[in-house]
Amino acid sequence: MEYKDIIHRCFRCGYCKFTDDYQDINCPSYKKFSFETYSPGGRMWLIRAWLNKEMVTSPHYAEILYSCITCGNCKEHCVFTFKDELLNIFEAAKAELVSEGLVPPAVRDYFKAMSINGNPYKEPQDEKGKWAEGTNVQLYSDQEYLFYVGDVGSYDERGKKMARFVGNLLTEAGLSIGILGKGETSDGNDVKALGEKWLFQQLAEDNIRNFHEIGVKKIITLDPHAFNVFSQEYPSLGGNFEVWHYTQILNMLVKDKRIPLSDYEVKVTYHDPCYLGRHNHIYEAPREVLRCIPSLDLVEMVRNREDAFCCGGGGGNFFTDILGTGEESPNRVRVREACGTGADIIAVACPMCSKMLDDAVKAEGLEEKIKVQDIAEILYQAVAH
Amino acid sequence: MDKIYKALTDIVGPEYVSNDPEELFFYSSDQGTSEPRSPDFVVMPRSTEEVQQIVLLANEEKLPIVPMGGSLTLSGLCIPHRKGVILDLKRMSNILEVNEMSRYALVEAGVSQGALQSYLAINHPKLMHSVPDAPPANTIVGNVLIQGSGHLSQETGFHSEMLNGLEVVLPTGEICRIGSSALSAKWFARAPLPDLAGLFLGWFGTTGVVTKASIRLYPKPLKKDVLMFVTENPNHVPDIIYRVTRTKMAEDVNLFAQPKPDWAEGFQQTVINITGDSEDEMSFKRRLIRKSVEDYIKNKEGGFMLILPQMKPGLLEAPLRELTRFADVMKGGGFEYVGIIMATEDFPQAYYDTLEIAKKYRQKWSIMCRVIGRGHSMMFAYSWPFNRADVEDIKMARKALFESNISGLRNEGVIWKSELEGQRMMMEKMDPNTLKLLQKIKRTLDPNGIMNPGNWEVA
Repeated sequence: MEYKDIIHRCFRCGYCKFTDDYQDINCPSYKKFSFETYSPGGRMWLIRAWLNKEMVTSPHYAEILYSCITCGNCKEHCVFTFKDELLNIFEAAKAELVSEGLVPPAVRDYFKAMSINGNPYKEPQDEKGKWAEGTNVQLYSDQEYLFYVGDVGSYDERGKKMARFVGNLLTEAGLSIGILGKGETSDGNDVKALGEKWLFQQLAEDNIRNFHEIGVKKIITLDPHAFNVFSQEYPSLGGNFEVWHYTQILNMLVKDKRIPLSDYEVKVTYHDPCYLGRHNHIYEAPREVLRCIPSLDLVEMVRNREDAFCCGGGGGNFFTDILGTGEESPNRVRVREACGTGADIIAVACPMCSKMLDDAVKAEGLEEKIKVQDIAEILYQAVAH
Repeated sequence: MDKIYKALTDIVGPEYVSNDPEELFFYSSDQGTSEPRSPDFVVMPRSTEEVQQIVLLANEEKLPIVPMGGSLTLSGLCIPHRKGVILDLKRMSNILEVNEMSRYALVEAGVSQGALQSYLAINHPKLMHSVPDAPPANTIVGNVLIQGSGHLSQETGFHSEMLNGLEVVLPTGEICRIGSSALSAKWFARAPLPDLAGLFLGWFGTTGVVTKASIRLYPKPLKKDVLMFVTENPNHVPDIIYRVTRTKMAEDVNLFAQPKPDWAEGFQQTVINITGDSEDEMSFKRRLIRKSVEDYIKNKEGGFMLILPQMKPGLLEAPLRELTRFADVMKGGGFEYVGIIMATEDFPQAYYDTLEIAKKYRQKWSIMCRVIGRGHSMMFAYSWPFNRADVEDIKMARKALFESNISGLRNEGVIWKSELEGQRMMMEKMDPNTLKLLQKIKRTLDPNGIMNPGNWEVA
């Protein structure tokens, strides 16, 4: 297994479980399940035990590995020099389970759907661009930017709504964007995080070839997961593009006064998506967009930026639901934290976060107190139409 | 075993009991060199009442119980030597009370140092507790029970001395309160009552499961700074400590020595933390401390080391992340130390012994000492990193640890949070009547011998 020369170096000291100031457990799977095995240190020691043949694989072992939703808190707070490899190690261990055919059933089903249908929803490819009907968003031809929407933005109702708000704002601001519609292929970020590196490579190479063929130079992503994989993984496979997350573009448009804003009196707290924040260090662009809205009151949750608590949708868990439900599920924990700020709205910048947190608002019975909206929808409310 | 499993799940819920190989593997060992031993079950209770029910069940079934907090002692104190139940107490994580005026905090057994530290910083910024330099996942209760020390121990003693009272589930299932809380709603002191806390402090969970504890809090100063006095002569160290602590100006005094970098080999670095509420106070303290050791500077036998501003946060943080990083100094992820509580004047011999042991077993080494109670004693750590992936290196580290125990006892010290071998050595050296008293107390409290068996046991 890759990284086997590092695994024994974990001291299981536990810094990786916490926020920077230790105020709370910030590892979602450890928070949910409580046993030390579900902490990053627990995984490291179990992987090593498996490598040393002190333990055999089992459904429980697979569940423990796949309960890591790659939020990156461990990598952020580990005190050792090998911290940057932690998620790679977990991914490599998952890849071993993939190659042995021992992944949990939900992960297996996800891979099946991806390889047969090209998306985890098992929806027809022809449906992929339907979200754009009724908007001014056109198919990509020679526009300046490719607006890459991704699976959740294409098929999930909340994702589609989010894609429409972003698409409308960008076109109304006069930005030259186009979409791939039914020609869009999955970005592969979560496939990679779940350990299916060959399928990931296939998806990535397919996307890169397609982007090159149609002349894509600049990409705006709806989804931070796509943003991550395009900017972090595609370059090593020959895919060098200028990649933007939509909140960065909105920030520029707002600052350039290309989106005229009026008062919007509302109290908002912003939830950092892991793949935008910890994985790519983009913390300020979404906040700056919100701060530009007159009368909007932006309040922070106790855990924010590098210390933000994951919604539970990362690393493929959005589709596989290995973490499951219950009071200690990450989305419910996060929504309670957001509610504690007194905010009316949880602002999100990721379609997966949007769905996860919206589900949690309902599960907590907080629909009357707080709602989940993405940055574009909030901005849309403030646009002087 | 199926019957016991069912009974445990009835008490805490099925999601908090495991006898899966993964949990049994992980909880069979700690970070140190002790041999792993697998438990039969790992159980995570949420309340004192659940702990009580588990203890009653264990008595019925003659099932060993090993209470566990952060499990960061490194010396195998939570390894289930006779199998049974690991009682992982981390779900008992409520900070129940902070009394701002009388400066104490009442916490459940699973509250980590980090959680209390952060809670106080946010909600009671004028208060602090004494933070050990172990990682923040170590628990308040666990550290008190192993008689740990922290960044206020130079001024106020061992953490067990900062204990105001506790709640304990006795090995026979009764729930007791110790200290003022035995007769009052407040948890402010252990005195003036027969001090029953001693039945649980230093016993490594062999006399009961402590479920709550009240510890003292202290005023948090507004400013802090660090000085580092260096001498190359270890024989001067006790006198330097004596002089610095005599000023009563230091908050924390630690001593470090290690062979790397090469130019610093032989340096005895006394790290002196000072705190205060104004720059005047800080200057006054700095001046008195500098004056206390000026003879050494005049005689060119020591001096204050330059500490660049960017180095200070790393030296002043609590806990010190740098101490944890020592675990991977050999890129091997392993580290264990023998902590000897000893008289300050015995530092030089312990230092020379460390060098001898290191030479003999070709081990990298480090010495870290914390001055306790203004120099009444010190915790001297013979620290041995090892490569977890190298069986021979682990064996060598074990030998170095074994000889460190011998050195510590030979230097009239007492082994802190000792592993089984060190406990055996201490019991051999112990006054026979004291040992008999320990045995009588243990038998009286734990007639079925279910509590963390193996520890404090006479062969």
